[in-house]
Amino acid sequence: MSVPSLPPTAFDEGAAVADVSGVTPPGRLGFLRSSALRRPSMIVGLTVLTLFILVAIFAPLLEPYDPRAKTGDVYEPPSSAHWLGTDDGGADMLSLVIAGSRVSLIVGFAAALVAMLIGGTIGLWSGFYGGKSDTVLMRITDYTLVIPDIPLMIIVAALFGRSLTNIILIIGIIYWTSTARLIRAQTKSVRERTYVTRARALGAGNQRLIRKHVLPQVLPLLIANTVLTIAIAIFAETYITFLGLGDPALISWGKLIENAFDGDAVLNDAWWAIVPPGVCVTLVILACTMIGMGMEDALNPRLRVGHLSVRRFRLRPLKGALDSK
Amino acid sequence: MSVPLLQFEDLHVWFDLEGGRELHAVQGVGLELEEGERLGLVGESGCGKTTLILAAMGLLPPSASVAGRVYLNGEEILAEGEDSVSPHRWVDIAMVFQGAMNAFNPVKTVGEQIVEPMELHGTASGRQARRQVGELLERVGIPAARASSYPHQFSGGMRQRAAIAMALACKPKVLLADEPTTALDVMVQAQILQLLVGLTDDFGLALILVTHDLPVVAQVCERAAVMYAGEIVELGPTDTLYHDPRHPYTRLLFAATPDLYGTDEVVSIPGTPPRLDRELTGCPFTLRCDSSFAPCATIKPRLIATTQDHLAACHLNDPALKAAS
Amino acid sequence: MSDYGQSALLEVENLVTRFPVPRGLVGTVSSRPKLAVRAVDGVSFSLRKGEMLALVGESGSGKTTTAQSILRLVEPESGTIRFLGEDISKVSSRRMRTLRRHAQLLFQDPYESLDPRFRVRATVEEPLLVHNEGGGHAEREQRVREALTRAGLTPPELFIDRYPHELSGGQRQRVAIAASLVLDPQLLLADEPVSMLDVSVRAGILALLDGLRQSGLGILMITHDLSTAAHYADRIAVMYLGRIVEEGPAREVVTNPKHPYTKALISVVPQRDPRAYAAPQILHGETPNPIAVPPGCRFNPRCPIAIPDCRSTDPELRVPAGAAAGHLAACIRA
Repeated sequence: MSVPSLPPTAFDEGAAVADVSGVTPPGRLGFLRSSALRRPSMIVGLTVLTLFILVAIFAPLLEPYDPRAKTGDVYEPPSSAHWLGTDDGGADMLSLVIAGSRVSLIVGFAAALVAMLIGGTIGLWSGFYGGKSDTVLMRITDYTLVIPDIPLMIIVAALFGRSLTNIILIIGIIYWTSTARLIRAQTKSVRERTYVTRARALGAGNQRLIRKHVLPQVLPLLIANTVLTIAIAIFAETYITFLGLGDPALISWGKLIENAFDGDAVLNDAWWAIVPPGVCVTLVILACTMIGMGMEDALNPRLRVGHLSVRRFRLRPLKGALDSK
Repeated sequence: MSVPLLQFEDLHVWFDLEGGRELHAVQGVGLELEEGERLGLVGESGCGKTTLILAAMGLLPPSASVAGRVYLNGEEILAEGEDSVSPHRWVDIAMVFQGAMNAFNPVKTVGEQIVEPMELHGTASGRQARRQVGELLERVGIPAARASSYPHQFSGGMRQRAAIAMALACKPKVLLADEPTTALDVMVQAQILQLLVGLTDDFGLALILVTHDLPVVAQVCERAAVMYAGEIVELGPTDTLYHDPRHPYTRLLFAATPDLYGTDEVVSIPGTPPRLDRELTGCPFTLRCDSSFAPCATIKPRLIATTQDHLAACHLNDPALKAAS
Repeated sequence: MSDYGQSALLEVENLVTRFPVPRGLVGTVSSRPKLAVRAVDGVSFSLRKGEMLALVGESGSGKTTTAQSILRLVEPESGTIRFLGEDISKVSSRRMRTLRRHAQLLFQDPYESLDPRFRVRATVEEPLLVHNEGGGHAEREQRVREALTRAGLTPPELFIDRYPHELSGGQRQRVAIAASLVLDPQLLLADEPVSMLDVSVRAGILALLDGLRQSGLGILMITHDLSTAAHYADRIAVMYLGRIVEEGPAREVVTNPKHPYTKALISVVPQRDPRAYAAPQILHGETPNPIAVPPGCRFNPRCPIAIPDCRSTDPELRVPAGAAAGHLAACIRA
């Protein structure tokens, strides 16, 4: 087909394409970069979390003593030899806390991953296909929400044993529901966008629509939500283990707190046996929350603008403006 | 000559941008509105027309700074910023916002929402207020009994009428309507325009009709101001604007609008409006103008009178400059 | 009905599309008849190659649903849709997929119709990938550039790597047009292609569409703007509550309307010249809800010249007195 004579194009050489400095590129890294730069809390959160991750990775190198060995007296208070004192077995608390970081973080991340995979898939399927499968999946979600987590954990622990894998699975299976709902809502919204309809109109199949158009829009939210789920998962591991349902062979922060209670740390005024693992859990959860919320805020710019702001528009004196015209 | 009801004097509005820059959205606008007059404010997206009327209402966001003066019945209302403008808001000057028909509170009846400004500003309350609501609704063409309906039970045209009724709740003298008919069908548009004409003719209401739709202004307004890049580039009777435009942008804007019976070729204006976050030299329209000559790129044209009631900001109207080139 | 013979690109006959009204629990259990919105209630028209037909109407007229039904984005209930000679109203979705390359849809909102994560290249290339066309990477790149050029985005290098948010509304719409052109379609359905663009930009896009029409593309343009339709379309079909009430050559329909709805509509269209005398015939109320279509002529409750017969007769689309050839109106008084 021959090219017809072209009408004038709607651009001018000087301003051909909008200047993009200061505009967020839509790529995933771009949005992370811009959201990080905007919120100091997110930088703090990332720093803290990275610190803990590094500690967990290099734990064996960082532990001053063997965490399972008796290297001091029972409930020795903090000293230059034992910075955080010792526990009821005489083991160095600092080493225990460092060692515990591994399990706690692994469980946290792994369980969140399980939750994300289950919740994300269900939410995506439900939101995209709608209809009967949506109803069925949402009913399943509702039933899962209703199940009380602790009794379930007790039952599973009793039936299947208290292993690390089981804990990860339990946490993942209980906590995927909020992710599913969130992703379902987001998927439904994206599915109705004009560019998805256009892609469908030109013949794209569902697979392509999901893979290329819906998923990229949903993924950032999924990631933000997963970070928040990590916080929940770490907390869940802590209290599961504290309740005695954890793997007895592993050291985790929850285990340390459990030991402290079982070993009457409170009666012995041995605060150093309880407080450090608790503080660590708190810090990691805070860090994850700050990161997750920062990402969510970045994804939803409308959250930032407030019409109920107390500040008002400002007045300026005219500087020589009267003689400018 | 009586004091104009509403007067803008050398009004400037800046918006803060990221990185310490500013967007000069309104650049020295001067405008007058008489009682019972219908003035059109025409321009394309980004020209500053909405910002201008928001400034008169004192509804600019905290990121805005304002210089210049706005007089309402001779009184300067922006002198103290929010404090001096809020007593007048809705009582003396009211606005129908863009998309007002979609901005109703879905859980309150229409009647309740019209009563709200009355009670807030203390102009009426209780039974008297409800009676006035009924009268207002009848005046805008809605049966008074519908005051107890919810917004979703109204059609688009009826909601727009209700929005106008809400704006008139405190009996203002000036009504600012921002794109009141843009999202409406042409028949409903005709009904709303007929309503607005009736309100100004019968009740002395002064109206500024902000729109990008030139034929609407031609039909409804006796006078119009054309805005471009934050400034008024031409101001005068709509008849003269069409038959003897003195600014190329006005002429081209008319030429770009297809007419029902016209057979002239419809043209587009190449290029895009200039960025307002930078200092501009010369005429802001020069890069897109089909009649620019030597002084246009360097000297900024001022709004000068070409005849008694017609002003334009274009060097082509300056015989001295034309002769010199 | 159709006398276009072989050059008919699209022939629609008695198209009906209904949307069932969702009923609550009570409604489902009760024996009340099922309500349905007859969005498209018996629409027939043809479109030739190189012709632009404007489907004009207000909200509730069924114009958008008609376009969606033609492409089977919404399933029609009955009627025939003959595209390139083949009745596509009931074909399988697989066959429909193949046919979709020849009929493209252009959407109203340029700010929403491009995936914000796709660069221009990816958007324009997508149709090629979906339909497995265009051999290797280099060949696809070439076709993308050609499409961008046809859509007026020259030189294509300037645009091909951009993201939508870096482009203006008019440029985005051109990208959408380029994506529609890359498969060399025969038919383009344009749904309000310029209503969300600035006035100064509209003429460029419409001129582009006109140029494409001249090179053989058949265009069905949906619009509520009679002025645009009068200027660019070859023919206009005016829709009201799911039916075409008037149809004919664009100029003819606008200067010599025969249906009272068309007459009223034209009388209220604002014109550029303030001196243009218009005696607007402002109809009462708004287009009624398509659930409750009035009996007889569906326009009769609002019609300024309705007579008792209008309540019982459903008028056919026929050539009225004093009309040129090809100009049809559905009114017993025309």
